[in-house]
Amino acid sequence: MEKTAADNNKQKPEKRLSRRKFLLTGAALGGGLLVGLHVATRRDLLGDPSVFPAHDGEVALNAWLKIATDGTVTVAVPRSEMGQGVYTSLPMLVADELGAEWGSVRFEQSPIERVYGNVKTMADGLPLDPLDEGTFANFARWAAKRMGAGLGLQLTGGSSSIQDAWEPMRTAGAVAREMLIAAAAKRWGVEATDCEARNGQVVHNASGRVAGFGELASDAASAGPPSAWPELKDPSTSTLIGKPLPRLDIPAKVDGSAQFGIDVTQPDMLHATVKVSPVFGGTVKSLDHETAKTMPGVYKIVGIANGVAVIADSYWRAKKAMDAVSIDFDEGTQALSSQDIKRQLTADLDSQDGHAFDERGDVESALEGAAIRLEAQYEVPYLAHACMEPINCTARIADGVCDVWAPNQAPSVLRSVAAEVAGVPKEKVRVHTTLLGGGFGRRFEMDAIVQAVSIANHTDGRPVRVVWSREEDIQHDVYRPAALGRFQGGLDGSGKARVFHARLVSQSVTAGVAERNLGLKPGLPDKATAEGVAHLAYEIPTRRVEHVVSELPVPVGFWRSVGHSHNAFFSECFIDEMAHAAKADPVAFRRGLLSRHPRHRAALDLLVEKAGWEHPTAAGVGRGVALHRSFGSIVGQVAELRVVRGKPKLDRVVCVLDCGQVVNPDTVVAQMESGIVFGLSATLFGEITLKDGRVQQSNFPDYPVVKLADMPRIETHIIESREPPGGVGEPGTPPIAPAVANAVFHLTGQRLRRLPLRLDTSRG
Amino acid sequence: MIELSVNGQSRTVEVEPETPLLWVLRDTLGMTGTKFGCGIAACGACTIHLDGQAVRSCVFPVVAAANKEITTIEGLGAGVRHPVQQAWIDAQVPQCGYCQSGMIMAVASLLRQNPDPRDEEIDASISNICRCGTYARIRTAIHRAAEKINERSSGDDGKDGG
Repeated sequence: MEKTAADNNKQKPEKRLSRRKFLLTGAALGGGLLVGLHVATRRDLLGDPSVFPAHDGEVALNAWLKIATDGTVTVAVPRSEMGQGVYTSLPMLVADELGAEWGSVRFEQSPIERVYGNVKTMADGLPLDPLDEGTFANFARWAAKRMGAGLGLQLTGGSSSIQDAWEPMRTAGAVAREMLIAAAAKRWGVEATDCEARNGQVVHNASGRVAGFGELASDAASAGPPSAWPELKDPSTSTLIGKPLPRLDIPAKVDGSAQFGIDVTQPDMLHATVKVSPVFGGTVKSLDHETAKTMPGVYKIVGIANGVAVIADSYWRAKKAMDAVSIDFDEGTQALSSQDIKRQLTADLDSQDGHAFDERGDVESALEGAAIRLEAQYEVPYLAHACMEPINCTARIADGVCDVWAPNQAPSVLRSVAAEVAGVPKEKVRVHTTLLGGGFGRRFEMDAIVQAVSIANHTDGRPVRVVWSREEDIQHDVYRPAALGRFQGGLDGSGKARVFHARLVSQSVTAGVAERNLGLKPGLPDKATAEGVAHLAYEIPTRRVEHVVSELPVPVGFWRSVGHSHNAFFSECFIDEMAHAAKADPVAFRRGLLSRHPRHRAALDLLVEKAGWEHPTAAGVGRGVALHRSFGSIVGQVAELRVVRGKPKLDRVVCVLDCGQVVNPDTVVAQMESGIVFGLSATLFGEITLKDGRVQQSNFPDYPVVKLADMPRIETHIIESREPPGGVGEPGTPPIAPAVANAVFHLTGQRLRRLPLRLDTSRG
Repeated sequence: MIELSVNGQSRTVEVEPETPLLWVLRDTLGMTGTKFGCGIAACGACTIHLDGQAVRSCVFPVVAAANKEITTIEGLGAGVRHPVQQAWIDAQVPQCGYCQSGMIMAVASLLRQNPDPRDEEIDASISNICRCGTYARIRTAIHRAAEKINERSSGDDGKDGG
């Protein structure tokens, strides 16, 4: 049997390769066709000023900025603010090139227009090695971006906001700057080249003449963009980019005035709450709402997909009435448990080949020839997002127009979905994206949007705010998938890693998200689920990484750092196991595999320096390291911990980040802290389990997360770089679980291969 | 009819007496700064002050708040920012910001009772949940706010003495 499997594998590489090339060529051709329809030029990046609505004497100079008569510069932010600071960092890109005075810069959530589409996420979705700069890979990326520009999908995710905005938003600022300078030069009858824009004014240096942006904007708009394309500033001359500016959204977040989705209040508004089948996909068989209907404030009780909604004049009355509704669900025959899921994942991994994302050489013969061989199986559970702001959406359908107010990560998708449910054309849907009380990938989902709009079909034109209970939120999330990973490694006689073989199994995240929300079956293998084991930087000459897709009825979705969230735990722990087998220092072992990856090496070197790696740890303290590249950035972390009452207690995390050019360093540090805490909750506590087809957890007491008392000291160091920006929202999350697990091994000798980490306390 | 005093203003509400104070503030009085997070007093997003004491309002019946002074985040720094709010800005604490109303109210109450808390005391008393993981900055901001409050009160003492 083993022989057959090996034989099969030997024949597979070419077949796999040709399939991959075929799929990518298909994507590229699709992109090419779209280019024919929509030739994206540099000028298209700027967009037509008319798409950014101007009020009260404001003048839009392109789709990205408008200037008021008093000189206030308002920047269009097409991404959602969910804590990552885009309401500040994206305006910084425009304002820096424009020469604006920062105190006069404001942000505004952009409308939905093609120019605001996120093209970076399209290229990132391709199953390519992120470090592959070959002609074919670059062509595929180019085609995907063109396709992205054509689709205009406004997505916030994939740590892409700065990466995507880096060119267009700086360019928009630079072009507007040249327009303002040209307007001033014309007015003064001087050469534009003798003028410059700074602090919100154009200055003619020779004569000392000065005009504010507010005075010039109207003339600048009439004259239109310059014929010559402006040069972007050298980063060393930036006045804003790279500076730790205070966030523009923070003052409203300390006095209760910040408006989240759940705070939307409209005249004559109704309130609703929902209950859907605790078993995924179950339907309402029968319903008794006689008592509930007569309770105070109840407006209507209506059916929704897989459940029931109670509409009342306040949330509390809706909830009380819901408690009085008796629902008999048809739960089908699926009484799935976590044990069943593990059995299926194991069986699928045993029986299927999966897609090979990363393949070099013949792993079977390399393993046979290895001086030292090791094998291990790793495992992670489903995880919920548990955003602090419970899932909610407000909708109104009146006079043929559908208004939707929602904290969301995909307004253009939302618009299409709402149009379909409301039965109005897309143009008759107005999307109001509010602040998000956490997103983490959860608010890509259209479930609450569909509910709210369908409930608004029953309220005679009155707006209705739908709010889920925390229990609904935990039990009807789209979860980070449960996953297994089997690893084999081989070392030569000198302890050098020669071969790395990983076989992963989980549901496909991308397929789940696309099918639920876009009604599409993606044609490409799901890189999102395999990334973080595929395409590691380590220069191990022979390797193969396969991912098997398992089909299960549990909805899975994007969860901060997606596949990296568990794959970094798998790969960075297994690399640690290889180091141990080689009797090598974990840092020295990794460093030895990074000779052609200078940025990884530099991050590791700074990390060990800042962590004091060369000094032995104090008695009772364990120390572990992890290094991981995700979303265009490299993060290394060292965790130091003790075991207190049988559990790991973190004392300190040292974090080093290379994210290329930094826009707002304080925000970047905050995102590292945030990513670490998010990952630490999953490392120490997070676990969603199923029994009888339903999620067993329901609220924070049984789905605990890190609190103040669990916090380690976090020290973050950013590597100065002029490389193009990488992401920062997610890359802090993946390394913490392996750094902690490796520290537990260092301290106790226990190699924990499952999250959340549970020490065997029966062992000394 | 229940008579309430919210941020120094008298308000009359007509709701079931067992209605949690949170929903009276949010839905009846339209004061949305106080947040709903879990509904079972586990996360602290709904923290307000009742006669100066931190209370998780999502499980607190409105009738029990009658004849007491209710302070919400909207009233904490009315006119001039409370030192905790200022410290939150100075340390750039909030990310998504959703939990911060409750955090700030919990911390303001802690500092009233214990103007210079040690880290262990902070850990023991601030059990609010933040999914963005702003805890490290929260700790920094608590110490800064404590310093400011103590400076101010020692300054006042000086004036009184003179």
